[in-house]
Amino acid sequence: MTTPAPVQTNKAGLSKNDYRGLPSTLCQGCGHNSIANQIITACYDLNIVPEEIMKFSGIGCSSKSPAYFLNRSFGFNGLHGRMSSLATGALFADTTLRAIGISGDGDTASIGMGGFKHMVRRNAPIVYIVENNGVYGLTKGQFSATAEVGLNLKHQGTNQYMPVDICMEALASNATFVARSFAGDAKQVKELLKAALSHHGVAVLDIISPCVTFNNQEDATHSYTWGKDHEAPLHEISFIPALDEIELQGEFAEGTVREVSMHDGSTVLLKKLEKDYDPTSRANAFQMLESTQLNNWLVTGLLYINESKPTLTETFNLVDTPLNRLADPDLRPARETIEKINAMMF
Amino acid sequence: MSEKVINDFSVTIATVNGSGSQTANVTLLRALFKMGIPVSGKNLFPSNIQGLPTWYTIRVSKDGFVARRDEQEVVVTLNPVSFARDLASVRPGGAFFYADDIRLPIARSDISVYPMPVKQMARAANVSPALRDYIANMVYVGILAQMLGIDLETIKQALSFHFKGKAQAIDSNFTTIKTAADWATQNLKKSDPYSVAQMDSTSGFVMADGNTAAALGAIYGGLQFAAWYPITPASTLAESLNVFLPQLRKTTDGKQTYAVLQAEDELAAVGMAIGAGWGGLRSMTSTSGPGISLMAEYAGLAYYAEVPVVIWDVQRIGPSTGLPTRTAQGDLTEAYFLSHGDKQNIILLPGSVQECFEFGWKALDLAEHLQAPVFVLSDLDLGMNQWMTKPFEYPDTPLERGKVLWEADLEKLNGVWGRYKDSDGDGIPFRTVPGNKHPSAAWFGRGTGHDENARYTEDANTWENNMARLKKKYDTARTLVPKPVIKAAKGATVGIIAYGSTEPAVEEALALLKQAGGPKTAFLRLRALPCTAEAQDFIKKYERIYIVEANRDGQLRQILSAVLPDQAHKFRSACHSDGLPLTAKWVKEAILAQEEK
Ligand SMILES: Cc1ncc(C[n+]2csc(CCOP(=O)(O)OP(=O)(O)O)c2C)c(N)n1
Ligand code: SF4
Ligand SMILES: [Mg+2]
Repeated sequence: MTTPAPVQTNKAGLSKNDYRGLPSTLCQGCGHNSIANQIITACYDLNIVPEEIMKFSGIGCSSKSPAYFLNRSFGFNGLHGRMSSLATGALFADTTLRAIGISGDGDTASIGMGGFKHMVRRNAPIVYIVENNGVYGLTKGQFSATAEVGLNLKHQGTNQYMPVDICMEALASNATFVARSFAGDAKQVKELLKAALSHHGVAVLDIISPCVTFNNQEDATHSYTWGKDHEAPLHEISFIPALDEIELQGEFAEGTVREVSMHDGSTVLLKKLEKDYDPTSRANAFQMLESTQLNNWLVTGLLYINESKPTLTETFNLVDTPLNRLADPDLRPARETIEKINAMMF
Repeated sequence: MSEKVINDFSVTIATVNGSGSQTANVTLLRALFKMGIPVSGKNLFPSNIQGLPTWYTIRVSKDGFVARRDEQEVVVTLNPVSFARDLASVRPGGAFFYADDIRLPIARSDISVYPMPVKQMARAANVSPALRDYIANMVYVGILAQMLGIDLETIKQALSFHFKGKAQAIDSNFTTIKTAADWATQNLKKSDPYSVAQMDSTSGFVMADGNTAAALGAIYGGLQFAAWYPITPASTLAESLNVFLPQLRKTTDGKQTYAVLQAEDELAAVGMAIGAGWGGLRSMTSTSGPGISLMAEYAGLAYYAEVPVVIWDVQRIGPSTGLPTRTAQGDLTEAYFLSHGDKQNIILLPGSVQECFEFGWKALDLAEHLQAPVFVLSDLDLGMNQWMTKPFEYPDTPLERGKVLWEADLEKLNGVWGRYKDSDGDGIPFRTVPGNKHPSAAWFGRGTGHDENARYTEDANTWENNMARLKKKYDTARTLVPKPVIKAAKGATVGIIAYGSTEPAVEEALALLKQAGGPKTAFLRLRALPCTAEAQDFIKKYERIYIVEANRDGQLRQILSAVLPDQAHKFRSACHSDGLPLTAKWVKEAILAQEEK
C-alpha cells in the first residue's frame, strides 16, 4: 500500500487549493485564465491568508475572473467601469486587508478612465490589474480604447484612433507602481504580481492578455504571436519576500542586478538585460514607453516604482481598530455633547 | 398713519450678490429671533458669485407662521438694477427704504419712502476701502432697527455669534449700525405702521439650517464614511461634516473614526459610499438632482446586491441644471424609482430642521437594518435657510447595525448561512463584512443574478424568488420607516397630504381655509415612502385628498395613485413649482378653487 503524498503547504499552513476559485467559465486559452492562475500562485508563494484579501472588479470577461481565484476572500464584482470607486470606499472598512482589483481595457481605459486615474492619483492601496486584450470580449469583439490603429475586426471595420497606453496614463496620474507584462510570460506575471502585492500604494499592472476569440490575429498587438515576438523585457525580475532575503543573494551576478526595496522590507531584484534601466525615475519610465512604442516593441517589466508616498488610507490618521469593527461608544458622540452642539446654534 | 401692525409682516432686502449682505440679513433675522418673535428668513439668490440681484425675505409672525409670503410690507433696496421691481413690490401702505445714491424716479404716493445715506456712511466708517461695501450693509441694519424697533442689544448678540466673539469685527460693525440708527432717529420720520415688539415665543428654540442638522444627525448616527461632490444646495451638508466630525468623533489620541472624501464626480461618490457600506461602514453621500441622476446605475446595484447606503438629495429645481439656487420637490419620482429594472426605493422626507437631524441618524439605522439604499429628500429651502427649530435631540435608540454575522456568530452556526437567504421571514438576509476571518464568512458580491449563497445563476425560478423576497423586504421597510404626522379634524371630509418643507405653508393654509369658511380639513404630513399603514388609513378615511407639493407634476400623487389605485379617484393635486417656497395663500386658493368645482 502506498501512502498518499503529503499535501504541500506554504508558511501560512495552506495548500494551493486554499487559494483557488470556482472553475473558470472563460474561453479556453483566454489570457485572463493564466493571470488568475498566477494570482493564485503569487498569493500562495507570499503566504497571504485569503481572508486578508479583498477582490474587486468591474464588468467584462476580465472582471469575471475574481470568481476564479481566492474563493475564501471577500469580493465584489460591481459595475462596468466603476471598480475604482467601489474599491476606494471599501478600502476604508479594514485597512489591514490587501486588495486586488481586476479590470479590462474597456472597463478601465474607456468607461472607467476618470475613476481609474483618480484612484491612481490618490494612491489607493490596491493591486490594479488591467487584463488588456484590445477588445471588448464580453460584448463580443468591439474595439476597445487600447486597440492599435489599423486593427481590423469582424463587424467593426478598421480602428482609426490612437490607442490609450494604460501605463502612460498611470504614470501621468502619478502612480507609484507601474508595470507591464504579457499573460504568456507566466514567470514575469507572477514576479510582478508578488512585487505589486507588496507595494505600498497603488500598483498598476497592465497585462497584455490575448482574447483568443475576438482578437488573436497574428499581427494584432494583443495577440499571443505578436506578444511573443515583440516582447522586450526591460529586465528579468525576481521578487524576494523579506524573510528569504539572505538565501537568494548569490543568484544574481554583481553589477548586473538592481535591487528595489519595498516598504515591507522585501526586495525586487531586476536583472539587467538590454540597458541599465532605473525604475525609480519617472522620466525614464516615460521615455522608455515613448521609445519602445516608436520601435513597435512591447516593453514589459517594472517601469516605475516609488515606495515613499503615503497611501490614501494613511492620509486619514484612522484609529488602529478596523473601522468596521467599531461599535456604539466609538461611533456615537457622548450624550453630554448634544447640549454643546445645540449651544453652538443660535 | 394707519393702525399699527406689530410683529406681523414681511421684509425683503434687495442687494447685489457677493456684496456681503448675507451677514447683515442673518443678523436682522437672529436679532428678531432673540426678541422672542417667531421669524423665518429665506435667501432668494442667483446662481452667481458676484454681481446679480439677490433678495432676502424675512417674515415676522406673532402667530408663529413662518412660510414665505408674496406680499412685502417693508422693502429695502441697495440695488439700482432691481430698484423699479423692488419699489413696485411694496404693499400699499408699506415702507420702502433705498440707498440714496440710486437716483431713480419714485412714483408712488401710497407708501412711505425712506432714503438711506448708505454710501456716505460707509465712507465715514473707520474701515479699509475693501470693507466699505460690506459695512454699507450694516447701514440698513441700523436704520431698519431704528425704524422697526429692533432691540440693538439683540443685534449685538447676533453679531457676536456671527463673528464668533471677535471683538474687533463685532465693534466695527456695531459702530456703523449704531451710527445709522442714530442718523435715522434724527433724520427719518416714521410714517408706516410696521414695527416689532418683544415677545416670548422663541424660547426653547434655536436657529439652524437643515444641512448642518443633517450632518450632525449623521454624526450622531455613527457615520463612518462619506463621499461627495460639490453641488448647490447640498455642498454645505458635506462641509458641515468636515466642520463637526473632528470636534465630535476623534479619539483622545487624535485619531479618526471616520473618513470624508471629495470624489471626482457623483458617480464615484455614491460608488465609494456603496463600497464602504459593503465593507460594513455607516456610509453616505449627499448631492442634489443632477448628482442623483448620475447615481442611477449604482443605486440599482445597492438595491440588488443589498448594500446599505444613505443618499441625501437636497433638491433644487430641475430638470437639467435648472435653477441651481432655487428650491423644489421635483426629485421624488426619480428617487423612488431610481435605476433600471423592478424596484422601489426607501425615501425619508424630513419636514423641519429638527427632522433633518433625526433622519440624519435614522437613515443610517434603516440602511443597515434593511441592507438597502435609503434616500433622504430635503430641499434648498430646508437645507440652506436658517429656521427656528427645536434643539436637536440625542438619539433615543442605540445604533441599529442590522443582521451582521461576525466570527463568533458563524462559529455558533457551524459556518452554515446564506447571504441572500430569508431565514427570519422578513425578507432581510444576513451578511458578513470583509475582515471577518471565519473560513465560511466570505461571499462574492455582484449585481448579476445570484442564488441564496451569492453564487452566480441564471436560473429563472431563483431570479423570481429573489425578486419576490426583495419586495417582501420593502414591505418590512413599510413597518420600520417614520410614521406620518397626522392632525385630525372632527367631522372632516377632506384630507391634505404634504411633505418636507411645505409644512409651514400648509399649516398656515389650514388656518386660512378655516377663516375663509372652507371645508373641514385633516392634515397628514408624510415622512417616508413606502407608504405606511397609517398613511393608507388616512387616505381611505376622507372623501377627497389634496396632495400639496412643490413640483409641476404632482409626483407624490403619481406614486400614491400607483400604490393605491382604488383610492386614486380621490386624489387632487395642489402642486406648483416656480423655484420659490410655496405660500399659504397659494395653497389655500389652490384647494378652494378645486372645492368649488
Ligand atoms: C453601463 C454599461 N454599459 C455597457 C455594458 C456592456 N459591457 C459589458 S462588458 C463590456 C466591455 C468589456 O470590455 P473589457 O473591459 O475590455 O473586458 P473584456 O471582456 O475584454 O475582458 C461592455 C461594454 C455594461 N455592462 N454596462
Ligand atoms: S471572449 Fe475573449 S476575453 Fe472573453 S473569455 Fe473569451 S477569450 Fe477571454
Ligand atoms: Mg478587453
